[in-house]
Amino acid sequence: MPKPWQTTRKFAIPISDIDTLPMHQLLQQIFSGLAAGAIYASLALALVMIYRATDLVNFAQGDMAMFSTYIAWMLVNAGTPFWAAFLVTLMASFLGGMAIERIIIRPVENAPVLAAVVVTIGLLLIFNSLAGWIFTYTLQEFPSPFPDRTLFGALMTTRDLGVIGVTLVMLVLLYAFFRFTTIGLAMRAAAQNPQSALLCGISVGRMLAIGWGLAAAFGATAGIMVAPVLFLDPNMMGGVFLYAFTGALLGGITSPVGAVVGGLIVGVTENLVGTYLIASQLKLTVALILIILVLVFRPNGLFGTPIVQRV
Amino acid sequence: MIVRKDFAYVFPEKLAVGSVGFASAVRRWIGPLVLIVIAAALPFAISNYHVFELTLVMIYAIAVLGLNILTGYNGQISLGHGGFFAAGAYTAAILLHRYGVPYWATVPPAALICFALGVLFGLPALRFEGPYLALVTLAMAVATPQLLKYFDNWTGGQQGINLPKVQPPPGLGIDRDRWLYLVVLVVLLVAMRVAANLLNGRTGRAFVAIRDHPIAAAAMGINTARYKTLAFGTSTMFTGIAGALSAIVISFVAPESFTLFLSLSFLVGSAVGGIATIGGAIVGGLFIVFVPNFANDISDAAPWAIYGLAMLLFMYVMPRGVVGSLGPWLARLTPKNQLTAPKSDDEHRGRLL
Repeated sequence: MPKPWQTTRKFAIPISDIDTLPMHQLLQQIFSGLAAGAIYASLALALVMIYRATDLVNFAQGDMAMFSTYIAWMLVNAGTPFWAAFLVTLMASFLGGMAIERIIIRPVENAPVLAAVVVTIGLLLIFNSLAGWIFTYTLQEFPSPFPDRTLFGALMTTRDLGVIGVTLVMLVLLYAFFRFTTIGLAMRAAAQNPQSALLCGISVGRMLAIGWGLAAAFGATAGIMVAPVLFLDPNMMGGVFLYAFTGALLGGITSPVGAVVGGLIVGVTENLVGTYLIASQLKLTVALILIILVLVFRPNGLFGTPIVQRV
Repeated sequence: MIVRKDFAYVFPEKLAVGSVGFASAVRRWIGPLVLIVIAAALPFAISNYHVFELTLVMIYAIAVLGLNILTGYNGQISLGHGGFFAAGAYTAAILLHRYGVPYWATVPPAALICFALGVLFGLPALRFEGPYLALVTLAMAVATPQLLKYFDNWTGGQQGINLPKVQPPPGLGIDRDRWLYLVVLVVLLVAMRVAANLLNGRTGRAFVAIRDHPIAAAAMGINTARYKTLAFGTSTMFTGIAGALSAIVISFVAPESFTLFLSLSFLVGSAVGGIATIGGAIVGGLFIVFVPNFANDISDAAPWAIYGLAMLLFMYVMPRGVVGSLGPWLARLTPKNQLTAPKSDDEHRGRLL
């Protein structure tokens, strides 16, 4: 079951009466929405990366991220310093993502789309079930690398700032990778026009594998950032995946910039809906309806290009 | 745009030579008739529990058939058919529980309501394609249990509704499980016949044309908006009927039975059976009911991993579904049908999702 994002802050202590002012509360909610949105953005980016390369929505993305988070959790529990565990997990996820593309996705590459979709749903079940089997379904505490302090007159916590910061760093690295490296260029070529890329001597298959690896690493970042708040369990990423998917589509499923903006908008929207409109289980529904209403007027997302077909 | 070669595959009887006359009519009907007789006799040879399981198989088959019409024939993906299944189930449950309507009379209103809901849902869905439609329907699947809990004075909230157990007509001398099996079997047969007639005719050709190339279809004078909405309505009507039957057979409805997982199961069943087939729906129903049981027998610890693995294997071996892959192979055995099957269900990867 998707778990609703927790909107109430557990640790922020109001330092003065300023905390109760409406404007202050609004800003607070916006900032914590941005932090949640940054996490959605990471996962949304992973979805966009795979969609651009293979025209496929990877329904297992969230559960792959959850599994990665368990790797980080094991490493931290074994006494590895947090950031070392973070990097090792990212590397492991990258290799794991490549392996999944090569072994599991490759056989259905030319199969009907629905077959590939079912394979990703199968993958979702496998990861979810395996995680439950290996790590049990009990909630696990996950350490946060950021100290719990409030900043700017209790407007935001260091955790929010840290999460946003980590996402920004990852984004800059990704941008640099695609913009300034040969392999990034080759990947863009492979995604844009596989046949021509192949004729230029680019191994399109290897580029796809790298794309899946990068997506898995981005998912892992999202998982590790969200785990201290949601607590770690095999169903942790259900709700996060849904918001990330929504964010990716809101931005336009083909646009990486859109994924980030979309993820942030979704984070802020769901936080504000939860605070001001309806604070029950229906929060998720209302947030989704709002976003779908936006899509009715912009059916290709905010930054997406319309699907054009030759007749 | 490529002219599709699978016309003959989708509508084999349209091109079959020599399908007139009494002898060929007998030949055409003898196979199905034998199967129907076997299906009707089967419950009297097996235990009550297996009868119940097979009844569920047929119910899911009707639901999957609905999804096949929409996704397989019309090319619109839905991750939210569990929501329409729930609508059908709750319509039947509320009519039974609140208004004391006899159980058989709850199915037509459920069908009607789900048809209307489908048309209403299909109208905004006209604007969405591929992954966007997937998101919208996914949102519906996620919202369903929450909405059911929210309107609790109608739906009984979290506890759901307990329904009176259906009694078989006295004097027939069969018990409840077997009676319901036969009722559901009849509904399934009617549903398959209706679907076949619909899909083999003008409407079905319009559905397929829209799936394969919406612009070309519009250029040929097909009212795409009308047919897409119609496909949505028909599809959800079938699924709603299945939902109503499930409420009658299980005599209980609760929000937790209609989660996202149910919608995904329909999609999986549809893909495993063969999305653009009618018979594939039954294979899908069998998969949805029995494979989780087998998975549980194999591994107590991680049954869903085994289920997932089964999905992977099916898709590797038969990417076009059991009936979709074996159908052309079987057709090749009969001499009169020498038409080649299409290589792939959709050449345009990315259209559907």
